[in-house]
Amino acid sequence: MNQRIQQLRKQSTEAINRISAERGKMVTEFYKMPDTASYSIPMQRAKAFRHIMANKTIYINPGELIVGERGPAPKATPTYPEICLHSLEDLQILDERPKVSFKVDDKTREAFEQVIIPFWKGKTQRERIFDHLPQHWKDAFEAGVFTEFQEQRAPGHTVGGKKLFQMGMLDLKNEIRKSLDALDFLYDPLALGQKEELEAMDTAADAIMIFAQRHADELEKLAEQIEDQARQEELYEVARICRKVPANAPETFHEALQHYWFIHLGVITELNPWDSFNPGRLDQHLYPFYQKQVEEGTLNAEKAKELLQAFWIKFNNHPSPPKVGVTAQESNTYTDFALINLGGVKEDGSDAVNELTYLILDVIEEMRILQPSSMVQVSKKSPQQFLKRTAQITKTGFGQPSYFNTDAIVQELLRQGKSLEDARNGGASGCVETGAFGNESYILTGYFNLNKVLEVTLHNGYDLRTQKMTGIRTGNPADFRNMDELLEAFRKQLRHFIDIKLEGNNIIERLFAKYMPVPFLSLIINDCIENGKDYNNGGARYNTSYVQGVGLGSITDNLTAIRYHVFDGKTLSMHQMLDHLKANFDDAGELRHDLVYETPKYGNDDDYADRHAVAVFNAFYEAVNGRPTARGGVFRINMLPTTSHVYFGSVIGAMPDGRLAGEPLSEGISPVQGADRKGPTAVLRSAAKIDHLKTGGTLLNQKFSPSFFNTEEDIDKFISLIRSYFRMDGHHIQFNVIDADTLRDAQKHPEKHRDLIVRVAGYSDYFNDLGEALQEEIIRRTEWG
Amino acid sequence: MQGVVFDIKHYAVHDGPGIRQTIFFKGCPMRCQWCHNPESQSAEIEKYRQQNRLGVKVFMRDKKIGWIATTEELLKEIEKDVVFFEESGGGVTFSGGEPLEQFDFVYDLAYKCKERGIHTAIDTCGYAGTKQIDQLTKVIDLFLYDLKLIDNEEHYKYTGVENDLIISNLRFLDMLEQEVIIRFPLIPEITTRPENVKGMVELMSSLKNIKKIDILPYHNIAKEKYSRFGKPFSLDVGRNLLPVDVTHIRQQFLKAGLEVKTGT
Repeated sequence: MNQRIQQLRKQSTEAINRISAERGKMVTEFYKMPDTASYSIPMQRAKAFRHIMANKTIYINPGELIVGERGPAPKATPTYPEICLHSLEDLQILDERPKVSFKVDDKTREAFEQVIIPFWKGKTQRERIFDHLPQHWKDAFEAGVFTEFQEQRAPGHTVGGKKLFQMGMLDLKNEIRKSLDALDFLYDPLALGQKEELEAMDTAADAIMIFAQRHADELEKLAEQIEDQARQEELYEVARICRKVPANAPETFHEALQHYWFIHLGVITELNPWDSFNPGRLDQHLYPFYQKQVEEGTLNAEKAKELLQAFWIKFNNHPSPPKVGVTAQESNTYTDFALINLGGVKEDGSDAVNELTYLILDVIEEMRILQPSSMVQVSKKSPQQFLKRTAQITKTGFGQPSYFNTDAIVQELLRQGKSLEDARNGGASGCVETGAFGNESYILTGYFNLNKVLEVTLHNGYDLRTQKMTGIRTGNPADFRNMDELLEAFRKQLRHFIDIKLEGNNIIERLFAKYMPVPFLSLIINDCIENGKDYNNGGARYNTSYVQGVGLGSITDNLTAIRYHVFDGKTLSMHQMLDHLKANFDDAGELRHDLVYETPKYGNDDDYADRHAVAVFNAFYEAVNGRPTARGGVFRINMLPTTSHVYFGSVIGAMPDGRLAGEPLSEGISPVQGADRKGPTAVLRSAAKIDHLKTGGTLLNQKFSPSFFNTEEDIDKFISLIRSYFRMDGHHIQFNVIDADTLRDAQKHPEKHRDLIVRVAGYSDYFNDLGEALQEEIIRRTEWG
Repeated sequence: MQGVVFDIKHYAVHDGPGIRQTIFFKGCPMRCQWCHNPESQSAEIEKYRQQNRLGVKVFMRDKKIGWIATTEELLKEIEKDVVFFEESGGGVTFSGGEPLEQFDFVYDLAYKCKERGIHTAIDTCGYAGTKQIDQLTKVIDLFLYDLKLIDNEEHYKYTGVENDLIISNLRFLDMLEQEVIIRFPLIPEITTRPENVKGMVELMSSLKNIKKIDILPYHNIAKEKYSRFGKPFSLDVGRNLLPVDVTHIRQQFLKAGLEVKTGT
């Protein structure tokens, strides 16, 4: 890392999160203009966007090579009052919350109080959504059966594709012109709507070009004033680039990065879409520029690396927009889930790893910042060398890069009906979500609390938290004669809640299609221009809406415990079990011990337990997969939690696996914390029993001690472990290399860390089984790293 | 067939090439004073008190060390890991205790593994009849051969048995050109004495084919494990090895042209 990058990195990591009222004020200003109401809704959105891009503060950091900020300064974070409105109390919470606070100064508070809040109160998308959702949806939401992604942020979840790097805004404007010329007002009843949308896209393209030109102006002004000649030349060069892109397609490496960055800012300024935006297969997109310039002698690896690092910092300057209400208080979301994809296969199916892939891995290792996050796509064709390099980074223990199975991703996309080329150009974004990059709108709609559904089933439709009949009557569990009857009741209850969730999704999708089109995002995702249709209205080539199942490990263990103790072992009746749950295992220490320690668990390659994972997965899949969405897409499932397993656990009482009321659930498809006792191969085998190819992504976390990476041979074995999982169609795996804090926690809460294996000396052992002195020695060793 | 095993370890990465599954057989003819696995020595199924915690609450349960396993049961467990063996060039390792104490059972299991194309390794102290060793070569791909002390009296003193059979079996395997890796535990002041290291080097130099040795530095940690299983621990190694001691020993093997790996 050279001095410039060190400086920029330091600025970025030390910058304080702030709330900026700039965007909020501008969008208010625009909607107050007398003409605004006369435009079509898409045009209103496009003009609001243009108003912001033409007037917002231009910020250029000393030493910067890639320019442009969403807010008036790094980490100054705008709000989106047309989507959801921050109240003064929300601002106070954000200012004061202990984790990841956003500072709010007096001027900002004043702007909210006097300008933003008075105008938007009662007119936001969030209020519109809650006005339209039926009571039974609200009851289930209150009970904690699911969350709703679109209540505070716009649909997004999409990734730039190849075209983004090959076309400028002027090219896109040409395409828009062609689409407009082809409209058939005589026979096509949708033509007028398409015209409105296309004209809005055209205005959005102008907006981003204005924004770039304003940067060029500012850069030239700075250049004129500066004495340092080297920096002056740089400033003129960056100004030249801003005059060229994104209006025209980029032709150099530097141009390509700046081009992308302007578009990125466009997407995250237009609205606050989930997962911000993402360049996707970065090593593939940038390679032609890199290769050409290296051949010409106008770029070398060192310069390319510097530019990439400067690019990395831009992501890190942009925390995710903060939430309102309870979410603001509870969540400490900070990262905005841009996930750089490396490796994988090319469009022709050949291995895609190139020189630049390795260079970007160097960047990831050196930068060690939260955003952008990074992943590697591993196909059966990926070279061992590539994985050895990534394993070295994994070993350093900051969780990046995560590992994805390209062959599974391609099959998942093909199963969903994507073309082979589109599938191979795809990847994973956000946490683990499969997408046809550049061609698909794949929105996540909400986490789904599988264990809550089981709890409601165990109470014959009654929710303990809200004390309401949110479910349907599926029978008194004490009357169930066997496991099948319980599972059948669960399936019915699941279907009931999925219906509620999908009903809500369809209402929300229509509300976004109607009131919150995104003409700018629509420009860059195929085939919105061709279809004359907005991204939020099913304009993309492929449209998928996901429901994310949460807590597979927990529900498997809960069902297993019931089978083992109630139906098979008959050591206690269902009635007794329910009484213990109600009492939160008060005075039932021995029973709880047996539930935790003496009951089969998911994650040990034991079919007795694992079959319940398969049963629940299949029930969830059947309830959701293939059903139509309101924007002409298809509902599908994936299995990922982000941090919702904590919230979902907080709304559930004690459960049969020995979990106490309110405690977190298992995350992703990982076993319950500490329940896997047979090492990583058994976890992978258990996790591979569900059919990953029927999902749009699954998430598996594994803890690993750094001592498993000591030698070259160890690293080879680690890679084989990943390849084995992927041979079994596993979708994703990430490794948390254990640190001393984890070990300290294990000393305090041994039951949550039963899976923790450490290398002792000449052999490995469960950390819990070691005496205290030895535990201390191992903690010291880990601290020394 | 059936026998007594006391543990099965998945993702064993230090017991031979690739990802391995290690099966630990119960019972050992030796009583090495530094033994890491005191629970493996007796061939009987033993009892101990297991302590489990839920937060601060402690629960005691009577547990057994070891269980009677059948060949079929173990094969089923081994076959679960085949995908990992194939991807990594791994396989199954028979360890203990001393697996050869249950020769027929181990042979049967190894035979059936070979029928299924699974790589087999055995971690043995070599204290068994030469005829058995001979038979074993038909079903074992790799011998991890533990050698501790060259001097017979010393060997007897610290392990409870003489080493002549062990050394002659090693020479026998050498003659048969079997794949063998010597495993040499470095016990401070006992196996690390200069004359013992010298003897090890000389012995290995006299072998024609066996040229690989793993040196395994001993850490003073066994004591804790003895108390866990309620067994008395007689040896108290005064100190842990220093890295410089290990390097010095390693160099002597290297100088003799041997392939040395140091365990962790």
